[in-house]
Amino acid sequence: MNPDLAHLVERVSNLYEDIAFQTVRDWKAAGTGRHAIGYMPIYVPRELIHAAGMLPVGILGAGDRLEIIRGDAYFQSYICHIPRSTIELALTQRLEALDGMLFPSICDVIRNLSGMWQMLFPERYVRYVDLPQNFDPAVGGTFWRQELDTLRTDLGRIAGREIADRDLRHSITVYNENRRALRQLYEARSERPWLFPTSEVYLVLRAGTVLPVEEHTEIVRRYLELAPLENDRLEQDMSRVVLVGMFCEQPPLGLLITLERAGCWIVDDDLLLGLRWMGGDVPERGDPLENLVIAYLEQSAQTASVYQPEGRRGTWLVESVQHNVAEGVIFCAPSFCDPALLEQPMLVAALDQAGIPHTQFKYSENTGQFAVIREQAGTFSDSIRLWSEA
Amino acid sequence: MSHNQTDRNGPVQKERSMALQKELIGGHFDALARAKEEGRKVVYTFVPGNLTELMRSFDLLPVLPEINALQSGMRKLSGDYISEAEKQGHSEDVCTYVKCDIGMLKKGNIGPTGKPIPEPDLLLLSYTGCFTFMKWFELLRQEYEGCPVAMLHVPYQADGHVHSHYRDYIVEQLRTEVIPKLEQVSGQAYDEDKLRSNLSLSAKAEDDLVWVLESAKNVPSPIDAYFGGVYYIGPIFGAFRGTQEGADYYQTLRAEIEERLANQQGPITPDGELDEERYRLVIEGPPNWTSFREFWKMFYEEGAVVVASSYTKVGGLYDRGFRHDPTCPLESLADYCLGCYTNLSLPARVDLLEDYVREYHADGFMINSVKSCNSFSAGQLLMLRQLEERTGVPGGFIESDLVDPRYFSAANIKNRIESYLQMLEQKRGAAA
Repeated sequence: MNPDLAHLVERVSNLYEDIAFQTVRDWKAAGTGRHAIGYMPIYVPRELIHAAGMLPVGILGAGDRLEIIRGDAYFQSYICHIPRSTIELALTQRLEALDGMLFPSICDVIRNLSGMWQMLFPERYVRYVDLPQNFDPAVGGTFWRQELDTLRTDLGRIAGREIADRDLRHSITVYNENRRALRQLYEARSERPWLFPTSEVYLVLRAGTVLPVEEHTEIVRRYLELAPLENDRLEQDMSRVVLVGMFCEQPPLGLLITLERAGCWIVDDDLLLGLRWMGGDVPERGDPLENLVIAYLEQSAQTASVYQPEGRRGTWLVESVQHNVAEGVIFCAPSFCDPALLEQPMLVAALDQAGIPHTQFKYSENTGQFAVIREQAGTFSDSIRLWSEA
Repeated sequence: MSHNQTDRNGPVQKERSMALQKELIGGHFDALARAKEEGRKVVYTFVPGNLTELMRSFDLLPVLPEINALQSGMRKLSGDYISEAEKQGHSEDVCTYVKCDIGMLKKGNIGPTGKPIPEPDLLLLSYTGCFTFMKWFELLRQEYEGCPVAMLHVPYQADGHVHSHYRDYIVEQLRTEVIPKLEQVSGQAYDEDKLRSNLSLSAKAEDDLVWVLESAKNVPSPIDAYFGGVYYIGPIFGAFRGTQEGADYYQTLRAEIEERLANQQGPITPDGELDEERYRLVIEGPPNWTSFREFWKMFYEEGAVVVASSYTKVGGLYDRGFRHDPTCPLESLADYCLGCYTNLSLPARVDLLEDYVREYHADGFMINSVKSCNSFSAGQLLMLRQLEERTGVPGGFIESDLVDPRYFSAANIKNRIESYLQMLEQKRGAAA
């Protein structure tokens, strides 16, 4: 591997491994009066945090990198894993660098986790981010604007200064640049997945949850330049698949590596969807808060936690398969994930109607054995290729 | 005072009001079965945040899938329905109310009383306090192709307050989304006077229900506010809020409990009146429905009476003062939706349960944690600790499910309940 690429991959790998959030601590220590705000999946308006001069930090559980000792005592066996490891991170002082936590309205577990946070850490700022499910600008838009106004005021209070419109416009601009870079990365991977393996793309993406956005955009751009220079990344006879269900609790990295080793090129996914939530740019001129509101109403990703008034669940997935010239879909959802698992039958119906093959399995963020998944994904990949050849 | 009826488990003691309640609910299922031939339109909706007075003002009949599911559970039908849904690809990990409903639909949509449930003319998705509701009706929308959906997003009371823009948001959705669709489906114009009249009937029934629930503050309690309480809430959480029949039922119920109180009688259980109240408990979480009677028996056999419960507040938190208000109908509906128990933050839920432990002179509290319902269950172990710390009263924790018979382990649950009550007894002995 080219030393520059090796260095970049090593950097993002280290960030991924850093469950003590040393990077965030270092960032705070590098200047006076710096603050960091944590957020859970999927979407929060990070532009507001950035505009307050603060660092948005994605809290995505601890994966397979932390033994859960205290967290299990807070949750029954039938509740997913991400809240356990998140509580464990907090109770072991790994989240001390955070000056507040935002809990978006993904599901009832994350919703209730916001209440647990209020009880466990009464001295910290906690806000439940209730995303509107009504997409009429005069109704859901008005509500969302008021919610954002409150959040803006709260963040300004923590930062010690009001968030000015000009600062927010600047933040929208830098996040637009980041979103463009990420769209470019996803398009590049879709075109030539052998040059941009998902196990690497994921780490590059994930760095965006802890680094300042400007720095992350530079890393993404650099990766886009460096990865195609690798001479040993050759096209192979593998199946092109779309991966669905990983928008909240993250899979262990080993699972992504396993899928690729099993013969699957991942050409689209919903990993870390919050970083790519907006389908396009947020307008940079005019009232910046209103621009965030309208962007949410009109450009939000289609995923299980967002209501679709038109009721066309699964259309986006079929379109993704077609757009990315995928040959099949792998449903890969965390155990006990209500949004993903309740959504799945509707997506399956849409794929069946379109004649798109699919397979499914579940994981937990700390899954350590991948033999069965490898066998299943490998069989799926083989069967797709056999059908294609027929 | 009571009369006997027979079910598969033998003679069951019931209060007069329970028989009346059964008549009401049975009558509603009959009306639903006749709805299509009589040209009546039906609206599917959920218990928390239900807008029964509004629907009724358009002469629409409500269908509540949770009620169908729990009734199917009590009639031992839910296991087959859940299996059917799982065969169709629904995950074993998700809510069994949803799977029971889907399974019932796939098997012909015959309701729990053996009569057909009509297809919906509208799915009124009152998205209140439960994420699964949204997915549930999205799934139903796929089954009932072309059926319109009205979405009402009720903001969560995350910081323990109802902010004015929450109320405004709901009222605007009622005006721009819900009412126009009700008008379209019913062919009738919105009649606010009719709504006001229904809301007045609701408030009367709510007064009487609160009196009944608060009668459990007496020692001994004349009611069981959980196992008996689920019968008491049936009409008001179901199709009868805002109706004369509903108001009459609660008047009858109140008179009955007043009489029981005057005679210093304990609660009626399926095996007759409870003679001795040995333990007073507060319970958090829904009951198990598939073994409801067996579950109840585990308590009353030991002389344990539930004096307050959170489950009886899922369809409205009336005992903290809320009443439907005909003078501001839509705002009142908004406040009702916002205040349902599962729409409260965890700290607010702990505050409420703490108040119950104190106000109802409880010896202990138990959590029945159900696998199906993350809205209730996520965070309950922390609630348990907080309540123990704040009240000094020991808590018990049991696990079961709503309507999946595979998750009701009678021996384990009985063992836990008995051990817990023994601990209360020892604590009492030590204190003496």
